Amino acid sequence: MYLHELTIQQAKKGLEIKDFSSVDLVNAMLDRIEKLDGDIGAYISVDADGARKAALEADQRISNKEHLLLKDECSSNNNKTDRKINALCYPLLGIPVALKDLLCTRGLKTTCASKILENFVPQYDATVVSMLKNAGAVIIGKTNLDEFAMGSSTENSGFHITRNPWNRDYVPGGSSGGSAAAVSAQMCTAALGTDTGGSIRQPASHCGVVGIKPTYGRVSRYGLVSYASSLDQIGPITRDVTDAAIMLNVICGHDPLDSTSANVEVPDFTAALTQFETDSLKGMRAGIPKEFLSLKGLDPDVEQAFNNAKKTLEKLGVEMVEVSLPQTDYAVAAYYVIAPSEASSNLARFDGVRYGLRDTEANDLIDMYKKTKSKGFGAEVQRRIITGTYALSAGYYDAYYGRATKVRAMIRDDFTRAFESCDIIISPVAPTPAFKIGENIDDPLTMYLTDIFTLSTNMAGLPGISVPCGFSSKELPIGLQIMANRFDEMAIIRAGYGLEHTLGIKQKFPDI
Amino acid sequence: MKITQKDVEYIAHLARLEVDETLVDKFAEQISNILQYIDKLKDADVSSAGLMAGAALQSNVFREDMVKHSPGPEITLANAPERHEDFYTVPSVVG
Repeated sequence: MYLHELTIQQAKKGLEIKDFSSVDLVNAMLDRIEKLDGDIGAYISVDADGARKAALEADQRISNKEHLLLKDECSSNNNKTDRKINALCYPLLGIPVALKDLLCTRGLKTTCASKILENFVPQYDATVVSMLKNAGAVIIGKTNLDEFAMGSSTENSGFHITRNPWNRDYVPGGSSGGSAAAVSAQMCTAALGTDTGGSIRQPASHCGVVGIKPTYGRVSRYGLVSYASSLDQIGPITRDVTDAAIMLNVICGHDPLDSTSANVEVPDFTAALTQFETDSLKGMRAGIPKEFLSLKGLDPDVEQAFNNAKKTLEKLGVEMVEVSLPQTDYAVAAYYVIAPSEASSNLARFDGVRYGLRDTEANDLIDMYKKTKSKGFGAEVQRRIITGTYALSAGYYDAYYGRATKVRAMIRDDFTRAFESCDIIISPVAPTPAFKIGENIDDPLTMYLTDIFTLSTNMAGLPGISVPCGFSSKELPIGLQIMANRFDEMAIIRAGYGLEHTLGIKQKFPDI
Repeated sequence: MKITQKDVEYIAHLARLEVDETLVDKFAEQISNILQYIDKLKDADVSSAGLMAGAALQSNVFREDMVKHSPGPEITLANAPERHEDFYTVPSVVG
């Protein structure tokens, strides 16, 4: 196996027995980026110097056995919940991690794939970035996205598109398309993305990797540039479910700097893997929403992969039950009121005064705001700001935003009812495998409708995972979505691991 | 709901945007399509539903009112497009 192919778990073993160093691992990734990324376009910026320096420090810590100083404390279950001790064990020591370029990194350009922030250098790290660094991770670079995370294909980046490593004529999905493509093409060991309506799960599905959107509040949003604050959540994109659990262990936890961050206990997510090893999936009940399967436009390859995954879960002991999510038909409409409304408010901050682009030709302040935004924001961002402003404007507020928040409450209640009769809910991630570059770009509504299976979990604040479960006739990956009740990431990890373990798909790499 | 080019320009003004002339037509058409789709919300029976403004745990968050160090002007103004000493500068507000 090549160094760039290793999972976090495999790389940790190799580093531990000094088979290779973190510098070797980082250099392997940098070579890979040099060779492939001109074509794939997963990265916006690569921090080669910073990564090599951090790798050297990691190697030094490994030599000094610093990560073993608290080994006993770390492995005892009592202390697994003590985040400080956990971090001192350096669970990601020397591992190259890429970050969606929407997460603030101190001293490293953070663009949100927007011209308006082309030269923005944050003065602080996002909480998740500090947590990764404290865990010993090496930040290798910042990945491409749809501008401000608005899109499902990464074609809306203000800089360049990203291509799907499995077939370069196809999109990698979005908005975390850069992170998913970087993991899939082995240009980093793991990555972080963000998910507002499916932006981790859908690109993970399209690129054949694992992606988790945690429960709203599980992971601090401090330092994540906000798109739709009540829906945004940060999560891992990794080669397998084990790595996703390892990453979640590092990034979850209460943060006083984010008032929506949940002050609830964080379990050791890798315990869900052990639970599968001992109990398989016995006793688990999976709900299948009847409204999902009657939707028009479900690709036959996706349907087949879904049915195959369902059978696999059944063999592992899962009992299937039918559940109902009656508001499914209204979910996309409600989402595309709420998300643009929040965006129109959040993005008002890019006014050319405190940071980012400023137009210098304007005569007065209002003119400066207008010219700055119009030069800095791409078409999709402007479209969503206008839609959101309209939905919030006098005379339309009740009909649009007010009504959408009521539908949102009903979606949440639908899930609450459904989870009375099941532990997880399964569905496809997207109605089709990855589509061709350019295919939907001029038709925003069609693009919005591709989020149908994923955005309800954001509306309700629930966790969801995408696990590879098959391939289309064109050899494009297809993922299964597994959702669970609030704060029950353990269930989706256990079921996802079972599926991955049994199907054996993770051994497959794109031929590049 | 169909919106016109004039509507697009007016809403853009409210949002402090100046939509490029070549895009106004396209925006009016695309946003009309989106709004027409969103109009299906009118069919939803929301008579018994409460509001849901966010997905966070529904409790207020308090903290001690403590004095902390400010990062200082060099850090705060590090990304200022234009500045004068420790101030941001902007075009004239009053003519």
